[in-house]
Amino acid sequence: MMGDILIKVENISKLYRLGEVGTGTISHDLNRWWAKIRGKEDPFARIGEVNDRSIKGESDYVWALQDINFELRRGDVLGMIGKNGAGKSTLLKILSKITQPTTGEIKIKGRIASLLEVGTGFHPELSGRENIYLNGAILGMTKMGIKKRFDEIVDFAGVERYVDTPVKRYSSGMYVRLAFAVAAFLEPEILIIDEVLAVGDAEFQKKCLGKMKDVSDRDGRTIIFVSHSMPMIASLCRRAIILKNGRMIFDGTASAAVHHYQNAGKENTGFLNFIDDSRKPGDYLGELLQAWVEDMNGKMKSELLINEGFKVVIRYIVKDKTPLAPLPNFHFFDQFGQYIFVSSPLPDKITLGIPGEYLAECLIPANFFNVGYFSIGVALTFHHSGIHVSFYEQHGLNITITEDMDNSFARTSNHGGEIPGVVRPFLNWNTIKTK
Amino acid sequence: MSDSKENIGLENAENWTEVISPSASLFDLRLKEVWRYRDLMMLLVRREFVATYKQTILGPIWFFLQPILTTITFVLIFGKIARISTDSVPMIIFYLAGITLWNYFSDSLNRTSTIFKDNASLFGKVYFPRLVMPLSIIISNLIKLGIQFILFLAFWLYFFLVKGNVHPNIFLLLTPVLVVIMGILGLGFGMIISAMTTKYRDLIFLLTFGIQLLMYATPIIYPLSSIPLRYKWLVLANPMTSIVETFRFGFLGSGYFSWGSLLYSIIVTLIIMGIGILIFNKVERNFMDTV
Repeated sequence: MMGDILIKVENISKLYRLGEVGTGTISHDLNRWWAKIRGKEDPFARIGEVNDRSIKGESDYVWALQDINFELRRGDVLGMIGKNGAGKSTLLKILSKITQPTTGEIKIKGRIASLLEVGTGFHPELSGRENIYLNGAILGMTKMGIKKRFDEIVDFAGVERYVDTPVKRYSSGMYVRLAFAVAAFLEPEILIIDEVLAVGDAEFQKKCLGKMKDVSDRDGRTIIFVSHSMPMIASLCRRAIILKNGRMIFDGTASAAVHHYQNAGKENTGFLNFIDDSRKPGDYLGELLQAWVEDMNGKMKSELLINEGFKVVIRYIVKDKTPLAPLPNFHFFDQFGQYIFVSSPLPDKITLGIPGEYLAECLIPANFFNVGYFSIGVALTFHHSGIHVSFYEQHGLNITITEDMDNSFARTSNHGGEIPGVVRPFLNWNTIKTK
Repeated sequence: MSDSKENIGLENAENWTEVISPSASLFDLRLKEVWRYRDLMMLLVRREFVATYKQTILGPIWFFLQPILTTITFVLIFGKIARISTDSVPMIIFYLAGITLWNYFSDSLNRTSTIFKDNASLFGKVYFPRLVMPLSIIISNLIKLGIQFILFLAFWLYFFLVKGNVHPNIFLLLTPVLVVIMGILGLGFGMIISAMTTKYRDLIFLLTFGIQLLMYATPIIYPLSSIPLRYKWLVLANPMTSIVETFRFGFLGSGYFSWGSLLYSIIVTLIIMGIGILIFNKVERNFMDTV
């Protein structure tokens, strides 16, 4: 299904001035004005730097965004990911016409409504009813449009009883419900949403997510969605972009983007090696030498097939004679950083605190994990009355599990899309005809 | 590349409803867009009234109390103590006429000049034509003026019918014109100041002082006739002067009226408005970066 292009973002950049506006401002303004009159370029634009908030820059000017390009078609749901300060908000602000780009152009077909915050323009003294009208109008609805949807809005928010009470007497939950409800009934072609779903109770969040899915699937609305919640991005969006220091570093499917984002900066995904390091992870009791993932033939790998078993291996040192039981353990996480499980050998199978070099293997059977991206934390703990942690490399190993479509006909033959879940074990089934 | 040429042709063929780019005409007021948001404008006017007088005991009665209290103060201080001439017009109606007009102008100016500062959080989160905001302020002040004008008319009728010491003439029909000029003047000044306060907050401190100074430079507490000839041009240079004087002349029969100075006020007003639109439009686009 290819809709027509609704948004075209071309070479968008934004230059920001840092620091205080003070006595220097007028002289800069005058300089810029003088340059403009003579037809020269902005003298301060040239010294803009890449925006990395952790590095102190030389210049007072930074590029909050640089050369952003993308297109969205009707019905597209685009996720936007990035750390704080990566430029997400700036891009949203430019898209919603709150501030102007320094260079570039955005072409839009249809009406844009942005929800950078719920309840924008709510006045505490006004009643719920009055605020629905006011907020709706601020978001671009006409009075007639709001009137038509009024009952639906109140119903969706579930605040029927309080609709004529000033909103300052509302609980914060009610306030947010009402605010979101107004926004949910907007009918623009393009909707921009910034993390507003991070509020409200779980039930209401679910309702909102449902509404959003509805809106994009059924009505073919185009949505741009910014969130720090990777599961939300993955479940709502088909496509996602990643911003880093004002640049777009990734544009692809939502799950690939989430994986890329989660694993940014991690190399050697299937292998950890500290043998030659003078400072190894660990302490006076134990140190990590190596850890890796290998297939059943003993070949080191980070990409595995769903129907092959694999081993997670750790080499470590126990440095001192201790009465404690050293336990190597592996912690498994899914692509969203959600804990799946932790595994360690039984204490009686290991030698009690005798110094030396050890190697431990954990066998993961074939057909256990679902396809996807997983990370494995590698740790050594000593158990006595409490737990002593020698080292813990939280997302030390990263693996991808894929499915060979030709050879797994039996598993996917009757299934169109992705099979949900983090694990996908083969279980024994017994099916009989009873009637 | 030959491909790119074709692409450009295609793009032109598509009709974008909107293009966001760094440069756009500074004189474009986008009135069509403002018109589309007219419901918002009226709701903002309503919010202004409801919110101002919620949780006050006297509520809308304050609309009447304000000018009455100011008039009493002026009568006591400028009339009785300082003994400033009122051109043989009864003091109460003389001051009330000035105050009614001046309140409209200064409220419009005051409120518009802090628009960006007051609404920074709103403007930072959602787009609507920013011009809606000052316009809604002008409209709500217009309604307030209407109410206070009724008060003025009541006093005026008393002096006209019972006392017979005010002498209205045909020029009172100019009142709507005067109101429009004042509205535009307040809007224009307000937009200039509001746009500049986003960057240079110093202006906010100057504003209260400036408005007060402007009031003394306008014949509110004194008639123009009491100004020595040498300084008259100075007071007449103030575009508000001929408005207040024309109003008094029409209703009270005393004051100064000339088509020339009224025309002068109109021209100045239009210039101020033009500058205001220019600066407002420029600042509107990027003020979120500096505010």
